Amino acid sequence: MSTVLNTYRNGVDDRGHFGLFGGRYVAETLMPLILELEKAYNEAKDDPEFHKELDGLLTHYVGRPSPLYFAKRMTEQCGGAKIYFKREDLNHTGAHKINNCMGQILLARRMGKTRIIAETGAGQHGVATATVCALFGMKCVIYMGETDIARQAPNVFRMKLLGAEVVPVVSGSRTLKDAMNEALRDWVTNVHDTFYIIGTVAGPHPYPTLVRDFQCVIGEETRRQVQELEGRLPDSLVACVGGGSNAMGLFHPFLDDKDVRIIGVEAAGHGVNTEKHAASLTGGRPGVLHGNRTYLLQDDDGQITEAHSISAGLDYPGIGPEHAWLKDVGRVEYVSITDDEAVKAFQETTRLEGIIPALESSHAVAYAMKLAPTLPQDHIMVVNMSGRGDKDVNTIAQAMGTDMGGSL
Amino acid sequence: MTAAVSTSTTDTTAAQRDRLTERFAKLKAENRGGLVIYTMAGDPDRDSALKLMKGLPEAGADVIELGMPFSDPMADGPAIQAAALRSLAGGMTLTGTLDTLAAFREGDDDTPVVLMGYYNPIYQYGVERFAAKAREAGADGLIIVDLPPEEAPELNEHLDAHGIHLIFLTTPTTKAERLPMVLREAGGFLYYVSITGITGSASAVEDEVAAAIADLRSSTDLPIAVGFGIKTPEQAAGMARIADAAVVGSAVVNKVAENLGDPPAAVDAALALVKQLSESVRAARA
Repeated sequence: MSTVLNTYRNGVDDRGHFGLFGGRYVAETLMPLILELEKAYNEAKDDPEFHKELDGLLTHYVGRPSPLYFAKRMTEQCGGAKIYFKREDLNHTGAHKINNCMGQILLARRMGKTRIIAETGAGQHGVATATVCALFGMKCVIYMGETDIARQAPNVFRMKLLGAEVVPVVSGSRTLKDAMNEALRDWVTNVHDTFYIIGTVAGPHPYPTLVRDFQCVIGEETRRQVQELEGRLPDSLVACVGGGSNAMGLFHPFLDDKDVRIIGVEAAGHGVNTEKHAASLTGGRPGVLHGNRTYLLQDDDGQITEAHSISAGLDYPGIGPEHAWLKDVGRVEYVSITDDEAVKAFQETTRLEGIIPALESSHAVAYAMKLAPTLPQDHIMVVNMSGRGDKDVNTIAQAMGTDMGGSL
Repeated sequence: MTAAVSTSTTDTTAAQRDRLTERFAKLKAENRGGLVIYTMAGDPDRDSALKLMKGLPEAGADVIELGMPFSDPMADGPAIQAAALRSLAGGMTLTGTLDTLAAFREGDDDTPVVLMGYYNPIYQYGVERFAAKAREAGADGLIIVDLPPEEAPELNEHLDAHGIHLIFLTTPTTKAERLPMVLREAGGFLYYVSITGITGSASAVEDEVAAAIADLRSSTDLPIAVGFGIKTPEQAAGMARIADAAVVGSAVVNKVAENLGDPPAAVDAALALVKQLSESVRAARA
C-alpha cells in the first residue's frame, strides 16, 4: 500500500489519529487527565519561555548538540556508502531518552504535578526519568519487569542511586509491556498528583506526538550538521525501532524530503518466522493496546503475545502509531535484524570505531553494515547511535559464551 | 444512543427483549437496589465457570457481568488479572466466552448479562460479527474498559443495530462538561466507578458517592450502578441504598482463587458469598 502525500508531517487529526492508528483507548478515569495534558502541551508549545528553558537544559545539562560523527573505519570496511553516526550515546545518561524526559518533566512542573511515574525496559528511560526527577527534586517511581531487572542490573542500581523507587513487575511476561500496564494502574489510582512520563512514541494521544516533538531535536540537528559537513542532505537514514522514539526523532524532520530513503530496523530476535521476535510491523497486525491502535504481536483471539529480543529496549509487542501509519502509506521502509546479527554488529562497532553501542542501536548498525556495501561511495547514510552499550556488557558476555572475568 | 428498547415483554420476540431495562424497572417497582455480580468466563475452568454463572440468579444476582479474559487487563487489580490469566491458560477465547453465555441462556432467559472486557479481542473478532454473535448468544450489554466514548462509535453502531447496550463508566474525574458526551453513547445503565483506581482496590466513602450520584441523576434517567472496591455485604448494602445497584467483582473472583485445587468448592464458596451479598442488599432499604 503506497500513497503519495504532499506532506507526511501534518500529524494527527483532532482526535489523535494517524490515519487508522493512534487514538485514545484508555479507561474513563484517565480521559480527563489526557485531555488536560493535551491542553497543557499545546500551551507550552506556543510559549517561548518553555522552549527557552528546555533549550538551555538540553545545551548545558544534556550536552546537546550531539555530534554527527563520520565512521571512517566502518565505512572503509563496508566499502560503499559513507556512514555517519548521530551520537545520541554521548548525551547525559547515555541515550536519546533524556531529550523526551527533559521536555516532559518541564510539562509536569507546569501542570503542578509532584510525583513522576514511568515504565522502563532496558532501563535507559528509567534512568533518564530518575535523572530529571533528581534534577527537579520530584518523587519518582519506576515500573520495570522482573525479567528486565535481572538482565539490566547496572541500570537498576543507577535508578536507585538517583533516588527513584524501582518497582519490580511480576505480572504477565514480566517485561516492558507489563511494566506499562502497571504504570497505567498506578496512574489511574493516583490521578491527582501524578504525571506519567511515557518513554516512547506510543500510548494514548497526545503522547505519540509530544514524545516525537521532544525527540525531533535529533533530526533537526542532523539536518544542520550534515549540510555543514557535506553541503547537502543525506541519502538515507537508519534507526532501530522498538516503540520507535529515537527513530521518529531522526526521521520526522526528513519525512517530506522525498529523496531521503528512510529505514526503521525492528528486532527479529531468533527470526521473524519463529515465535521469538519483537517485529510488530513485520510480524504483527493492527490492534489496540496501551491507549493506541497500532501493529501488535497477538494471537488469533486478540491476546497479546510475548515479544522477544536480546535487547530489552526493543522487547515490546507494539510500536508507535505514527510508525504504523508511515509503514502503511509507504514512506518508511521497515526491516529487521536478528539477535545474532545485532551481537555481531555490537562487537564490530566496538573494535572498528572504539564505540560500544547499545544493543538496541546495534540493530541499526547491523542493517547499515548490510546495506552500505550495496551503495555507491557518494551515498551519505546517517545511522542513529541511539545509546551506549555499557549496560549490555553482561548480555554480550553471555552471548559470546564467556563471563565478565573471561578472556576474549 | 440507546439500544432497541421495548418496555413490554408480551408483544416482543426474544431477540428484541431488553432484559436490562426490564430488570431495572422491576427493581424500581420492588423499591430495592440490585446486585450486579462479575464473574470471569473460563475461571477456574470452562465447566465450573458455567456452573457458577448458572447458580448466580438463585444466589441473588440481579445482573451478571461476564468477564471476557484479556492478556493485558490494565484497569484491573491483581484478583481479576490473575483470573484472566487462569482463564486464558485454560484455553478460553472470545468464542468460548460466547459459548458459555449461550449455554447459560438455555436455562435462563430473564437475567440480564453484560459482557465486560477490553477492546482488542473484539476488534480482532470483527466488531460487526461480534455484535451479531453476542446478541445471538444472549448478551444484553457490553462494557469495554478501554473504549472511551470518543472511540466508541465504530463499535456502537453495530451494537445498536443488534440491540446491545454499550454501558459506560463515569468516574470521580469525569467533569461536568464531559458527561454529555459519555451519555450520548451510553445505554443500559451508567456504571459509576466510585474510586480513582483499579478493580478490587480501596473502598469509597458513601457520602461522596451519594453526592456524585445525585449529580448524575440530574443529567440522566439511566439507572446507576456503583462499582470498584465493594467487597463486603455491608458495603454492597450501603451502595444499593444510594444507587440502583451495587457491583461486586474481585471479592467473588477471590473465592475462586482461594479454592483452586477444588473447582466445586470454588463454585460453592463464590455462590455462598453472593448469597450473603444479596441478603444484605435486599435488606438495605427495608
